[in-house]
Amino acid sequence: MTENAPATDVMVKAEGIHKFFGRLHILRGIDLEVRSGQVMCVIGPSGSGKSTFLRCINHLEKIDSGRLWVDGHLVGYRQRGDKLHEMRESEVAAQRRDIGMVFQRFNLFPHMTALQNIMEAPIRVKGEPRQVVRERALRLLDQVGLSEKVDSYPSQLSGGQQQRVAIARALAMEPKLMLFDEPTSALDPELVGDVLDVMRRLAQDGMTMVVVTHEMGFAREVGDSLVFMDGGVVVEEGDPREVLTDPQHQRTRDFLSKVL
Amino acid sequence: MTEIDNTGSARPESIRAVPVRHPGRWVSGAVILVLAAMFVHMLFTNKNLDWTTFQKFFFDGGILKGLVATLELTVIAMAIGIVGGILLALMRLSANPLMSSAAWLYIWFFRGTPVLVQLIFWFNIKSLMGDISLGIPFGPVFITWDVNSLVTTFVAAILGLGLNEAAYMSEIVRAGILSVDEGQTEAAQALGMRRLQIMRRIVLPQAMRVIIPPTGNETISMLKTTSLASTVAFTELLKAGEDIFNANYKTIPLLIVVSVWYIIVTSILSVGQYYLERHFGRGSARELPPTPLQRLRRNLTTFHVKPPAVREGSA
Repeated sequence: MTENAPATDVMVKAEGIHKFFGRLHILRGIDLEVRSGQVMCVIGPSGSGKSTFLRCINHLEKIDSGRLWVDGHLVGYRQRGDKLHEMRESEVAAQRRDIGMVFQRFNLFPHMTALQNIMEAPIRVKGEPRQVVRERALRLLDQVGLSEKVDSYPSQLSGGQQQRVAIARALAMEPKLMLFDEPTSALDPELVGDVLDVMRRLAQDGMTMVVVTHEMGFAREVGDSLVFMDGGVVVEEGDPREVLTDPQHQRTRDFLSKVL
Repeated sequence: MTEIDNTGSARPESIRAVPVRHPGRWVSGAVILVLAAMFVHMLFTNKNLDWTTFQKFFFDGGILKGLVATLELTVIAMAIGIVGGILLALMRLSANPLMSSAAWLYIWFFRGTPVLVQLIFWFNIKSLMGDISLGIPFGPVFITWDVNSLVTTFVAAILGLGLNEAAYMSEIVRAGILSVDEGQTEAAQALGMRRLQIMRRIVLPQAMRVIIPPTGNETISMLKTTSLASTVAFTELLKAGEDIFNANYKTIPLLIVVSVWYIIVTSILSVGQYYLERHFGRGSARELPPTPLQRLRRNLTTFHVKPPAVREGSA
């Protein structure tokens, strides 16, 4: 399997990924590649496995078959000779430091202020000095336009503000890859724009991103590639502008005709 | 519907109607007042209540010593209960089936037998085990203690109350942990935090909001349950009172002394619980409700102006 290890500029490589939930075959052989600095958008109907695939990338879900590399390293396993060894909990945690994730339902820590939310992991996980982390956290809050909400608790923030804090929290770990799991699906329509603006700027700064989304406009404008998933397989993959305007498969056409 | 007036100055005319009469409320209120008057009259006239004895023994040295012993017992038994409860809850949620069944068995046993029986059992432990020794299981022994000197009545009371409490606390802690949204654990995992860190920094602080109120109840309940230790000859508050009325036969006044002390301490504990809940409720409500002290201060410093034009709408 080592000979299949990805080239150096490939951030994520998935090869024949299968995933079962009990008897439900949710992923049926996914092969994908995300190059460094690129933004891949994943669309598809609910239940198509797109969120599950995203969660496999940082090992929140264990894959049942296939291989998955992030930045050249197998996720969740170590290869010794021709044998795979499961990683210990601490090693999995160490791998996740470099992969930021943003959730549909924000999942901010409600008992901490915006600033504390952002500072928690760099201090506890990386052991960075508090003052350094604090400065970075304040800068990140400023970047997402929330420098006035430093001491607000999540319950005092709107959905859009919470999601921007969540993005800043993930960025505070200085990840090399960002995963977005339908980041705007739980937001009121008028709040979506601010979150997408932050993500657009992040993409312009060269962050590698995998974005599961229903925002076709964002995919068209920011995405370097677009993946349409259905029934646990990748149906179609290509340049977003081409896929969205001239889909090659009937299933893609059916889906797009419903959402556009 | 042409203009929205947000100034609040123009208020529409209020309805003026004859309110519904409630004769039943007057009758029931009168009954309550009469009963209360009878009770107060009894308090002052019944010779058997003997308020001079009450006064004489309220601050009696023996009673106060008993009170201190009751407080010590409550604090130590609750500490054992809380620490043991957290451990048992974590064991029950553990992936190791031996761990979770051991915790289940413990809880099953200690919840399945009366705490009074457990107390008497610990008091008589010496008839089960001659001595306790430390060494390698089934192998050599390093140190040996005599159970009689180790398990005093105080230790027996602590063990009986504390180990029993741990079984109840573990269910409270477990419910609290399970009440925290799974997304919280996932978010912390995604940030690279480890299981123990997540439990300590993310899950338990949030579980506290669910854990504190029933724990307050348990503490208050524990304070009163310590009176059972009087049956194993441990001198706590009730036993101190008993010792006095066994000598002077003034049973009722001394029981009242004891009861008033229990009520005073439970009242203090209730206030403490209120502030503890407030502390762990931070972040859950948009704004915390004012404490009674803050409310008092605000009432003293601001004038109460009636909202304008409620009655005089037609003016």
